[in-house]
Amino acid sequence: MMEKRTPILLKLFQDDTAGKYLFSLLLALVIYAVFANLVFSAESILHVSTLSITLFGKYLAFALLALSLDLVWGYLGILSLGHGAFFSLGAYAMGMYLMRQIGDRGVYGNAELPDFMVFMDLKELPWFWYGFDSMFFTLFIVALVPSILAFVFGWLAFRSRVTGVYLSIITQAMTYALMLAFYRNDMGLGGNNGLTDFKDILGFSLQDDGTRLVLLILSFLALLSGYLVSRFIVNSKLGRICIAIRDTELRTRFLGYRVEEYKLFIFVVAAILAGIAGALYVPQVGIINPDRFSPLFSIEIVIWVAIGGRGTLYGAIIGAFVVNFASTYFTSALPEVWLYALGALFVVSTLYLPKGIVGILEKTDFTNLVKGAVK
Amino acid sequence: MIEGKTRIEENLDDIKKGERLLYLSGIDLSFDGFKALNSLSLTIDYGELRCIIGANGAGKSTMMDVITGKTQPDSGSVIFGKETSLLEMDEPSIANLGIGRKFQKPTVFEGHSVFENLELSMKAEKGFLTTLFAKLNGEEKDRIAKTMELIGLSENMNMPAGILSHGQKQWLEIGMLIMQSPKLLLVDEPVAGMTPGEVEKTGEILTELAHDHSVVVVEHDMEFIRSIAKKVTVLHEGSVLAEGSMQSIQENEDVRKVYLGE
Repeated sequence: MMEKRTPILLKLFQDDTAGKYLFSLLLALVIYAVFANLVFSAESILHVSTLSITLFGKYLAFALLALSLDLVWGYLGILSLGHGAFFSLGAYAMGMYLMRQIGDRGVYGNAELPDFMVFMDLKELPWFWYGFDSMFFTLFIVALVPSILAFVFGWLAFRSRVTGVYLSIITQAMTYALMLAFYRNDMGLGGNNGLTDFKDILGFSLQDDGTRLVLLILSFLALLSGYLVSRFIVNSKLGRICIAIRDTELRTRFLGYRVEEYKLFIFVVAAILAGIAGALYVPQVGIINPDRFSPLFSIEIVIWVAIGGRGTLYGAIIGAFVVNFASTYFTSALPEVWLYALGALFVVSTLYLPKGIVGILEKTDFTNLVKGAVK
Repeated sequence: MIEGKTRIEENLDDIKKGERLLYLSGIDLSFDGFKALNSLSLTIDYGELRCIIGANGAGKSTMMDVITGKTQPDSGSVIFGKETSLLEMDEPSIANLGIGRKFQKPTVFEGHSVFENLELSMKAEKGFLTTLFAKLNGEEKDRIAKTMELIGLSENMNMPAGILSHGQKQWLEIGMLIMQSPKLLLVDEPVAGMTPGEVEKTGEILTELAHDHSVVVVEHDMEFIRSIAKKVTVLHEGSVLAEGSMQSIQENEDVRKVYLGE
């Protein structure tokens, strides 16, 4: 089985030098992080703290989210300003599972109900919380709910041929409406506090270093799989049709392609990837609240992709890493500057780097640099 | 649900040369009171090269919009073949039925290579799941190669369409139409902005095509029309003013009055 799979994997990376390098680098970083966390003592300069492991895991989840946005924005030209909604739905689904795992270890010690429900004086578990005791069911919901939202929203919007800035505004309204709904306490999802105080996942404590490492590795594998799926789609004839739709939608229609179907397909795939990213984010960060539904967060995702370089897949990943790394640094070092810096970055990259960081990398001839270094 | 709309009840492959392929009758269409089409009736035979002329606003492009499903008329009927009604069908259904359209402004996929442009235009299953796993076979590659030869772009096959010259883009778009294997090609102003050499070559391509397709050309360039046309239709204020050979059109009193401004 493995022997059969390897060629497909290699084939997808064959003409994708940048992707190959990027994932080799990420793999090396993951291996090093895991190794250094386990082997070196906390005093050693080579030690990688569990906090860093968690941050790394979060970046990987965000990278998957950025990748999914690049599918719709970079390849179909749909500027979704509500992509965070799919992420948050996946995150909430996983959060609900983690809430159920708390059991009677909450403040109120109620084995049946999460703390916030006890606080709200609920007598029994709302129906939509059923099934979240099972990880299997949760994973199913993580993919299902975002894809249903994407399908219904996409079906209505694409069929009515809403495009461009109008579509962007509607996506923003969608995530805003969800944010307002999730803020309400009577939604039964924790209101503005969201879901938090998680204890363990599949019986393993979330405070445990080992669990954190496994989550990091899972995040990496999810990103890799998401990348390969996206690469396969983009390399296929379907991918070329998507680019055709992005560039000249009318022409594509007159060639006999049902543009709506294509948009819907990509939109749903992207929503599922975003949902998975959300599900990976929650156990590592330890909280999900309605703020993730805010249009601001969705716009941030767009900025990651724009800065990394859209329409390349790997650019989105690079962008997510660079911006979030900078964000982590600046928000602790110079908290008041960060939002301005982010805005400035976006403006600069739009004006001077239409292809983002990837655009700069493409101009630099790496093969020659490497050869030169070897000589 | 979507397939239902197509309702191909007749076999359009049975149509022979010289038989009626497209029949417009009594088409009315107004935009905010302006009558764009005024009980327009027109017949195109299979294997015919028809030129359509008319002043700006005579309804040429609107007529194309109606045929290709972009615009629905207020009344009238559009029959393709013997009995397939094109009204109520959407653009992809009509395109898949065998009507290809070339726009006034060349619209090719600029980011894709010449080869890819033709690949995407090829008559094939157009559902998204099919295209996700689609692979080109040898026969299909041959067809693309043949088309590239016809439109004279064999040497540019891997070039992004965006960097082709204006004339080459026009030919590529004609090539894209050919790949659709349509019965009817609607060609809007194919020689606008072309050099005399390019115009001549375009004429050759279109004449060649009319051997086994019907070709409808809308054009302003009278010189060009004179060089290719056998039958010309003159549109005026949304209906047919005159129809016949170039000779008879030029001698027609009404045409001279309204179109040639005499």
